[in-house]
Amino acid sequence: MTRSTALAWARATVVVAIVALLEILCRTGIIKPLTLVPPSQMFADLYHLLVAGEITDDIIQTFLEVGTAFAISGVAGFALGALVHALPRLRQALDPLLAAWYAIPLFVFYPLLVALFGLTILPLIAIGVGFATPAMMIATLTGLDRVPPVLRRVARMHRLSPLTTIWRVILPSAAPYLFGGLKLSFAYAFIGVIAGEFILSGGGLGYGIAYAYESFENHKMYALMLFVLLLAVGVNAVLQGLESHIARKRSRQ
Amino acid sequence: MSAPAPHASLRGVTRIYPGKSPVHALGPLDLDLQRGEFFSVVGPSGCGKSTLLDVLAGLNPPSAGTVSFEGKPVTSVPDGVGVVFQEDASFPWLTVADNVAFGLRRAGVDAAEIARRVDYAVGFMGLAAFAGAYPAQLSGGMRQRVCIARTLVMQPRLILLDEPFGALDQQTRLLMGDELLRLWRETGATVLLITHALDEAAMLSDRVGVMSARPGCFIDLVDTGWDRDRDSRIVSDPSFGALTGRLWGSLRQESMRAIGRG
Ligand SMILES: Nc1ncnc2c1ncn2[C@@H]1O[C@H](COP(=O)(O)OP(=O)(O)OP(=O)(O)O)[C@@H](O)[C@H]1O
Ligand SMILES: [Mg+2]
Repeated sequence: MTRSTALAWARATVVVAIVALLEILCRTGIIKPLTLVPPSQMFADLYHLLVAGEITDDIIQTFLEVGTAFAISGVAGFALGALVHALPRLRQALDPLLAAWYAIPLFVFYPLLVALFGLTILPLIAIGVGFATPAMMIATLTGLDRVPPVLRRVARMHRLSPLTTIWRVILPSAAPYLFGGLKLSFAYAFIGVIAGEFILSGGGLGYGIAYAYESFENHKMYALMLFVLLLAVGVNAVLQGLESHIARKRSRQ
Repeated sequence: MSAPAPHASLRGVTRIYPGKSPVHALGPLDLDLQRGEFFSVVGPSGCGKSTLLDVLAGLNPPSAGTVSFEGKPVTSVPDGVGVVFQEDASFPWLTVADNVAFGLRRAGVDAAEIARRVDYAVGFMGLAAFAGAYPAQLSGGMRQRVCIARTLVMQPRLILLDEPFGALDQQTRLLMGDELLRLWRETGATVLLITHALDEAAMLSDRVGVMSARPGCFIDLVDTGWDRDRDSRIVSDPSFGALTGRLWGSLRQESMRAIGRG
């Protein structure tokens, strides 16, 4: 067994142990059913919700919002990052804003976004984009900063055109950072969208959780929470896997 | 009859790095490299050797003076010039073989020809067992050999090498020197080698240029007088000691100045 599979097993064991502990605490009544339903019940509830098609619309809406926000912020974050990297003066001006971005509670602008876009999915996408884009921008800037200058010189020595240089040298060199940026962007888009739905929306998984909470539908609420959790962890695991695939080449095992 | 036109030449070249406090790194200096000549440059650290290479390769414009290669003025890197840089310049995302094939692929050489030339270059550099490895799995010296192979595989007519053997031990360095000499004989390329090892300069070169402390100028040009068929065994030749002695004699004062003890 290699180190990494051993680690994966250890991790899985810890998760299973915690879930089992929760199950026991709930079943023995130490945790009240009104506080937390037993994990096995959550899975069963979620299964029934999915099969009955009760949350299909919410899932579609949330997927659409997160997917759109992620795609926009990935492309725009990269483009803006590359642009700002090419213009040092603009960068000087923007640096403080970028650094302070995540100190701004973006949600306070939600009413403004609703006024602008109406009660559609657009304000939610905008929140997701607002959250995710700067992360991608910062990652792009860092990635481009870290391209060793000597590699640009190699490109010039081989008389590459600017486009070939970008495609064959700059992007591959910055790839680990760009990928890290994408991973962060996804997480931020997801958080922004779910939280936005939670506060003010008529649909989506976040809204579903808030609605279930307000109408004391404990079982539905926990099933939805579980779904969101599994979704976030699942997508992150896929991205993580891709990332370490890239990183493996560049590190000594 | 006039002397043959030089393969590459620098005329009155200076290089000043602009900035708040500009750095006068090089020159004014003249240099003619004859076609097929093996020329080495030695000089104290920071004297402008890498700057000289950049200017000659067209990677950096001179602040004054002119650079020409094969009779044409140099404005960007000319076709036929290959550079091996002082820093590790291997591409970490490509295998050794793909690193070496990089330039050939960009130049649109056909696949069979690429495979043949890459095979040869990888073997030549003693990397055959590592063709599928990534640079991260290699030692510093091996990575430098990858970069040498990546440049040589393009069959440049003027090869500029900036301390290519800096990361190698003395034995490997001597053997790589022999390989470089063999390649130089076989291809007839003109070579400019920057090195900090006086014995390496003395053993490999037709001519050695000794540079002063910054701003670097040539303070001595030494003809070694070796024949083309030399190899590392000349280190036991009696005139070899005299040669390195002369180089050190020229360099000692400058090296002291470079570290602020002059
Ligand atoms: N891009 C740059 N901007 C400003 N100054 C520079 C730049 N590159 C080099 N210099 C300065 O020019 C001088 C010569 O540098 P160079 O790299 O050519 O020296 P070198 O002889 O190759 O040194 P070494 O033997 O340590 O490699 C140094 O004083 C260095 O600080
Ligand atoms: Mg140097």
